[in-house]
Amino acid sequence: MASLVIAEHQNGMLKDATAKTVTAAAQVSTPVHVLVAGSRCSGAADAAARLAGVEKVLVADDERYAKMLAEAMEGLIVSLAPGYDAILAPATTNGKNYLPRVAAKLDVPQVSEILKVVSPDTFERPIYAGNAIATVQAPEGKKVITVRTTAFKAAEATGSAQIENISAAADPGLSQFVGEELSKSERPELTSAKIIISGGRGMQSGDNFKLLEQLADKLRAAVGASRAAVDAGFVPNDYQVGQTGKVVAPELYIAIGISGAIQHLAGMKDSKVIVAINKDEDAPIFQIADYGLVADLFQAIPELQAELTKAGY
Amino acid sequence: MKVIVPVKRVIDFNVKVRVKTDGSGVDLANVKMSMNPFDEIAVEEAVRLKERGTATEIIAVSIGPQQAGETIRTALAIGADRGILVKADGPVEPLAVAKILKGICEAEQPGLVILGKQAIDDDSNQTGQMLAALMGWPQGTFAHKLEMKDGKADVEREIDGGLQTVEVKLPAVVTTDLRLNEPRYASLPNIMKAKKKPVAEKTPADYGVDVTPRLKVLKVVEPAKRQGGVKFKTVGELVGKLKEIGAI
Repeated sequence: MASLVIAEHQNGMLKDATAKTVTAAAQVSTPVHVLVAGSRCSGAADAAARLAGVEKVLVADDERYAKMLAEAMEGLIVSLAPGYDAILAPATTNGKNYLPRVAAKLDVPQVSEILKVVSPDTFERPIYAGNAIATVQAPEGKKVITVRTTAFKAAEATGSAQIENISAAADPGLSQFVGEELSKSERPELTSAKIIISGGRGMQSGDNFKLLEQLADKLRAAVGASRAAVDAGFVPNDYQVGQTGKVVAPELYIAIGISGAIQHLAGMKDSKVIVAINKDEDAPIFQIADYGLVADLFQAIPELQAELTKAGY
Repeated sequence: MKVIVPVKRVIDFNVKVRVKTDGSGVDLANVKMSMNPFDEIAVEEAVRLKERGTATEIIAVSIGPQQAGETIRTALAIGADRGILVKADGPVEPLAVAKILKGICEAEQPGLVILGKQAIDDDSNQTGQMLAALMGWPQGTFAHKLEMKDGKADVEREIDGGLQTVEVKLPAVVTTDLRLNEPRYASLPNIMKAKKKPVAEKTPADYGVDVTPRLKVLKVVEPAKRQGGVKFKTVGELVGKLKEIGAI
């Protein structure tokens, strides 16, 4: 049959997480269809239609999907499910929110946050905060899967799929969007940034994170944080990298003033190159860092600024 | 309003996990077990609702081996009123847990079910959402703040871009994120009192649920290890290296 990927998008823009989920879906069942559910989302639908390997894009453009609330999404996806033998969503806070509802309604055990498709019914997924990797085989029947997007390459924008408008499913009217506070930033998003600079408790205050932001702007990097820094109120929760925050795998991860608690490492250890700056030379972060600098960060950051400026950044 | 708080017994979050050499799973023999930290936040939130007069009774539910009874006692010591232990040896998958909880919800008719967003052993992040779907209830997942209103609740949720608030009709399922509250320590008198609180024992069959796992775990291995690398003395050396390898 086919697989259905639920698109992640915002303000008419398709997110990278969708392209990565398409790559995973193509390994589970082809052809791949993408569902774009949202309000005024034609831009995202056009972008999804360009993804290589996508045969068809279904668009449910309706106010009730504007915030992708789980109750409304469940009804829509379940109504489409008979045509597919696999349903995949990126393991974003959206995907994690609505997809288990779909699995329960279909009476299918969900496979969460897959890292690898071993075969169309067998997957690798992290357990115990990434301290172990389980290979699990799903039973016969439909597969319902969330995808850890950092583990898959994005499908390229070389395709041209047909776009089909579909009507909205019944709205159960159980929940309602009230409001949101989204972090506004000109910097790249954590989950798709090539370079991430993260600060920990060692930053000592929210004001000091400005130092990291200046560095980030030089390198066109995103700014992240450890749980300790978030819990201390230095930065908002959406900065958190770790087991229970965001899982990232950039080309370069620079951890500054982060000791390296296991929960933090779980969220960034798949980065290509890891740099740690910490004044405690026994900090566990050094055990996984490719390059370390034992230094007081309040000295090291200005020096880093100066060196980068000297090097033309 | 009754509140049900499902709690899971998991490996203590401070314990370093060891993968068994035969690849069959994680070594749980003689390892310290505790309540899933997210569930502890759920118990605390329920107790606060009771202290504010919103909740009238808190029922802690655990599905697991006989020892999961200790996890229920922990919840009772924090302030839950009674417990239900559904005895099941071996792993029980989120969907089976959700089906058992559905049976309990039908019997108890709670106004709210509050539980951790994920368990720190299998990291599935499914049970609350599945229960909500099976009951036809709304959900407020990854809760950062919970405000009860008349017949409704406002749940402020931690989402990828920041925070989102949804209003859900009750009854509803709420799953907790880290910053919803800081759980209290149970006092010694409360630990003593908890021993006298009632805990009913049930089996999955009482709710007509087959808990045989449907996902087959073929093997469990340690992740690829990273090696610590070079330590530099100066920022100049570090930047030089990063340029050399093309990382910046």
